[in-house]
Amino acid sequence: MATLIKERRIVADNWRLLEPDATEAPAAGDVIVPLALWQAQRAQLLTRAGRLGVRLEPSEDPAAIADDVGLFGVVAVNFPKFGDGRGYSTARLLRERYGYKGELRAIGDVLRDHLSFMAGCGFDAFALRDDQDPQDALAAFDDFTEAYQASVERPLPLFRRRALASPDGMEWS
Amino acid sequence: MYLYDEIDQRLVDERVAQYRDQTRRFLAGKLSEDEFRALRLRNGLYIQKHAPMLRVAIPYGLLASRQLRMLAHIAGTYDRGYGHFSTRQNIQFNWPKLEDVPEILAELATVQMHAIQTSGNSVRNITTDHFAGVARDEIVDSFVWCEVIRQWSTFNPEFSYLPRKFKIAVNGALADRAATQVHDIGLHAVRDANGEVGFRVLVGGGLGRTPIIGHVIREFLPWRHLLTYLDAILRVYNRHGRRDNIHKARIKILMKERGPEKFREEVEAEWRHLKDGPATLISEEITRIDARFTRPSYARLPATDAGLEAALAADRAFANWHRRNVDPHKVPGYAAVTLSLKKTGVAPGDVTAEQMDRIADLADRYSFEELRVSHEQNLILADVRLSDLRALWREARSLGLATPNIGLLTNIICCPGGDFCSLANAVSIPVAEAIQRRFDDLDYLHDIGELDLNISGCMNACGHHHVGHIGILGVDKNGEEWYQIEIGGNQGTTPFPLLGKEGVPQSGGGGAALGKVIGPSFARDDVPDVIERLIECYLTHRDSEHERFIDVVRRIGIEPFKEYVYGNADQRASHRRRQLAAA
Repeated sequence: MATLIKERRIVADNWRLLEPDATEAPAAGDVIVPLALWQAQRAQLLTRAGRLGVRLEPSEDPAAIADDVGLFGVVAVNFPKFGDGRGYSTARLLRERYGYKGELRAIGDVLRDHLSFMAGCGFDAFALRDDQDPQDALAAFDDFTEAYQASVERPLPLFRRRALASPDGMEWS
Repeated sequence: MYLYDEIDQRLVDERVAQYRDQTRRFLAGKLSEDEFRALRLRNGLYIQKHAPMLRVAIPYGLLASRQLRMLAHIAGTYDRGYGHFSTRQNIQFNWPKLEDVPEILAELATVQMHAIQTSGNSVRNITTDHFAGVARDEIVDSFVWCEVIRQWSTFNPEFSYLPRKFKIAVNGALADRAATQVHDIGLHAVRDANGEVGFRVLVGGGLGRTPIIGHVIREFLPWRHLLTYLDAILRVYNRHGRRDNIHKARIKILMKERGPEKFREEVEAEWRHLKDGPATLISEEITRIDARFTRPSYARLPATDAGLEAALAADRAFANWHRRNVDPHKVPGYAAVTLSLKKTGVAPGDVTAEQMDRIADLADRYSFEELRVSHEQNLILADVRLSDLRALWREARSLGLATPNIGLLTNIICCPGGDFCSLANAVSIPVAEAIQRRFDDLDYLHDIGELDLNISGCMNACGHHHVGHIGILGVDKNGEEWYQIEIGGNQGTTPFPLLGKEGVPQSGGGGAALGKVIGPSFARDDVPDVIERLIECYLTHRDSEHERFIDVVRRIGIEPFKEYVYGNADQRASHRRRQLAAA
């Protein structure tokens, strides 16, 4: 089972992750279901015992759960291949546009060298690919101590934080 | 020159440490070939035919002499004593060892240089006009805006794994010397009626196997919104660009499949969410970046120099060079000098370590310790006193850097081609050399006038063949090298009538245009003959020496050229016999 890093600590993972083609959820326990299953069995899923999460594939629009984000304990975004960067945009949209505050988990081809980008986009949980060294992965968050851009991690871009720190204060927009 | 502050430096240093660890893990077998590939590429390291190739970023082509000395040191210490300036205003080293690269990057970091995002599916080096800051037709100093965009694009977490590479060019002058119409995003600085700076935004241009001219998706974007608008474009591309086929993954294909209007609507819809958000630029930041650029402290000089005038009248060789390689400057008493890296017999864009050191000396003595790399693969000393031109010319000539061919046929843009590149179908450097030898007579060359000749060794079009007045493309036919020839391309100068150097309107400046193939391909040995036939045809048809090759192609079309090249096989044979007899 994949190691889970959450908020920069290695933690136990009690969630069961269903495959994208799953057509039914187990009766009990914490479960992460594919979007299609959520859309098809919304009412049933809400009444079952156990917490509920949803997983999004790269091509799935996070707008599809915009009104429901408060219902999920986890939103998992899949990276089938590390080179497929759509999940980064998905994460930012969930955090910045749809106001998702819960656990945002990267799953799939989740590798040490991409963790800092993922964290920048709002992921706070990382289900590492099996071959990844968890201790080594924890160090990856400190590869860079600053960033230029506005991001989920640093909502103000560096240039605004610089302006705030300068004696003249700053001008908004 | 933009000078790093503590944070700029820290990020580059942290990158060196990160890459050193990635290399260590790869060599220890902890990173797969495939995973390391993605990491090394976004640090400019390719594995090429003979050895790795390292591409070092020269942001927007601006280089300090101390940086050039470092590049010379790297060429001498870690490579075979030379480097190659590319059409993205970067430099490439063809023979470094993979295990030496972390050390090379550490040395580069000591002079505020790096190889960040010089390859890979990320936002690449931002390119611009090599006359930025000195051009008479300047609207804004594009370097400042390039630096704003460089910072936004560096390690941008959301846009680090795009469907494909992404190239942005900024032009800050009336004339477009940055080929913005053939970039993923092209930005033209414009001023509105109140004098406020903004940008005309073009998207979806590109060369490669599907050459397309970019579409204007916004006529005026106020400068404050520059980064949020870029975020919107990149987000639409990152989410919806094709990832199923590497040849259809550039933004131009998304734009083509959606249609420019639909694409524009999607960008605007995305932008409505981002507009006026925290990434909205503030004037303090523009002022801060502007102030971190060192500027030449120009002397107050007369607009003309009697010594220069006398030398021009007396020395024809100097006058020839002055006419081709010296450009006017916005400050009286100064000029911009192009050092040609297109000497016959030298691969276009190649410079030896020794030349680099000597060029750095020239920059120190004549041009405020700075120089620029042009996308045409030459070096520019942008701030030279008129009274120094002759002395500089003599020194440049002794270094083999004063070939008076800027804007002429032998100033060939050329990719490394099959001699170095593993993608190439055919060699390109030997073809360039054969053409340069054929047109070695300077009087003839100058008589032919302005002509851009570009060569690519494969359809990836690194040599920009689609936008050469004459473009040559290496193709593979059953394992043999053949060359397809296009005419009528143009890298795009200006939509406005502009006066040329001698007050002559640059007829037919026009926007960018893509060349048309004249017919079946040729064997390598025949290429110089074909070019010569095209030139003969042009000379027969031009109405005066002010009508350039490209103007004639536009006026009469490609048919007469086609007929002249293919029409009469006997004539071609007899022509070749004559040449052999004369040789």
